[in-house]
Amino acid sequence: MAIHTLNTRDNAMPASLSNPNSSVRRLLAVIRELLGNPSSGFGLIVISILLLTALVAPLLAPYDPNIVNLDNVLQPPNAAHWFGTDELGRDIMSRIIYGSRISLTIITIVSVIVGPVGLLVGTTAGYFGGWYDTVMMRITDIFLSFPSLILSLAFVAALGAGLENAIIAIGLTAWPPIARLARAETLTFRNADYISASRMQGASSLRIILKSIVPMCMPSVLVRITLSMASVILTAAGLGFLGLGAQPPLPEWGAMIAIGRRYMLDNWWLVAFPGGAILLVSLAFNLLGDGLRDALDPKQH
Amino acid sequence: MKSESITAFGRQAGTIFVTLFGLLVLTFCIGRMMPVDPVRAIIGEEADQATYQMVAERIGANLPIYQQFFRYVNDLLHGDFGTSIRTGQPVINDILHVMPATIELATFAILFGAGLGVPLGILAAVQRNKPVDHIIRFLTLIGHSMPIFWTGMIGLIIFYAVLDLVGGGGRVSDFYIGLVPDTTGFLLIDSLIAGDWEVFWDAVNHLLLPASILGYSSLAYITRMTRSFMLDQLNQEYITTARVKGLSKRRTIWHHAFANIRVQLVTIVALAYGGLLEGAVLIETVFSWPGFGQYITNNMLIGDMNAVMTCVLLVGIIFIALNLLSDALYKIFDPRTR
Repeated sequence: MAIHTLNTRDNAMPASLSNPNSSVRRLLAVIRELLGNPSSGFGLIVISILLLTALVAPLLAPYDPNIVNLDNVLQPPNAAHWFGTDELGRDIMSRIIYGSRISLTIITIVSVIVGPVGLLVGTTAGYFGGWYDTVMMRITDIFLSFPSLILSLAFVAALGAGLENAIIAIGLTAWPPIARLARAETLTFRNADYISASRMQGASSLRIILKSIVPMCMPSVLVRITLSMASVILTAAGLGFLGLGAQPPLPEWGAMIAIGRRYMLDNWWLVAFPGGAILLVSLAFNLLGDGLRDALDPKQH
Repeated sequence: MKSESITAFGRQAGTIFVTLFGLLVLTFCIGRMMPVDPVRAIIGEEADQATYQMVAERIGANLPIYQQFFRYVNDLLHGDFGTSIRTGQPVINDILHVMPATIELATFAILFGAGLGVPLGILAAVQRNKPVDHIIRFLTLIGHSMPIFWTGMIGLIIFYAVLDLVGGGGRVSDFYIGLVPDTTGFLLIDSLIAGDWEVFWDAVNHLLLPASILGYSSLAYITRMTRSFMLDQLNQEYITTARVKGLSKRRTIWHHAFANIRVQLVTIVALAYGGLLEGAVLIETVFSWPGFGQYITNNMLIGDMNAVMTCVLLVGIIFIALNLLSDALYKIFDPRTR
């Protein structure tokens, strides 16, 4: 009897993840729950708009973001240029729309680096324990003891300024919190009955980690990644602003603000709109992350 | 009992040692990864091969990498943090010179952040799920999500360019620079010592905006944490007991619930104070504030390796110390951990 219940529990998670029909249904249920709450609904909608904007930027942007028009510099917001024009006469709204592609690229690459690395370090450290755990957690602690912007700055200074290096630097600083979380989660399941059961059935450590532990860590890791995207956006913009991230003439929002700074006292729109875009996206990720936590991870409440 | 505490102390010391060692490895790697030739940086582009060889030998640039690391640690242990390539001064002197400006800024910011954040957090917890709570949570969320350099600029546009209420960039107006002798490096204290009230008020006027914007980011964090600490307490049975036995709501909140979260609050404020360094990097650039944050970014932009390594090391040490301090505070003030 006991063995029977163990087996169903062991299979429950992977089955629901591998069966496309039920995972689609679960995803729809989560989305419905997110939209039901005004704040997480707002977050989800803003991020969907960001995705769409990045996808169809050429269709949405009223002007070419890089066309210089020296007869039309520093125009305040008007009917032809809703967000005004910059010091080279480029349309700010079009630049913000194209800039969404850069933001999305940064977010995507950072999550693709940070999620697997954090999961790998955290689950193996929690599962194996011992000196391996100690070494891994010491390394994690050293990275965690820095404010992320200062560590990213140092890495970018070492690697050289530029968008690619900024992404690598942010990735290098963003994995430790995820590793910590994955380890803590792993410690709570490590001695669970279904893990012992699959070990007794002869499953290898690798198989147990991949098939039984990683899926269980996924919800909280996803929540954590979503929440950390808010700070990734801010760090990337900060690097761009300091001149160490994306370089002009790329329409990265932080870099746009850096250039607008020279003209801001008389031309507020050069900094106000790109910064508003950063605030909106970062806010949306925070709200979506909070909502996802409520929807996916009831045990944290 | 005694040997137990000695073992615990030993383990703690071991952890600190390993963490510091890891920190040194990290800063060393960052320094070595930098695309700057340390020899060329000293002798310049025109020097001939013989000079290059000589200098390389003297600073150990041609040694195997582990020996270079050993040299680096050895120099640090002898208090030699290297010479700034840009200013030609020992890096540590440069840092001591810029630090007071940042400490002045951060101290005012934390006074603002904690002075407002703690009461707001308590209010939000007491008024849970009422309109006041929602407004406070919205404000903290904005503080958490805003790019601080942008808020700084918007603040400058509104309060300096349009309303002309506060001073612009820098620590004082240009025509006051150098009027007060540089005794402590803290401009407010120096101007008081000199008895120059004009400079003092001008400095306050320049400090208000950057400090309150920097403080807003820590306010968001402090409010959020205070609210959740308070909610933890208010949900416990002893609060109900206190209320049932007839204690006033005000007394219950301040004498019971708040008394129990004071240690946690001190910890949070200490960590937030250190966290201001991060915001300071950006805010100092926006406000042309000649402090540590600007020093670090300027050196990164020009690739001054020795200065960058030392700054990163210093930040790491500050944060390790803060974390230790908060652990120690817990142990001292929380009887349960004894």
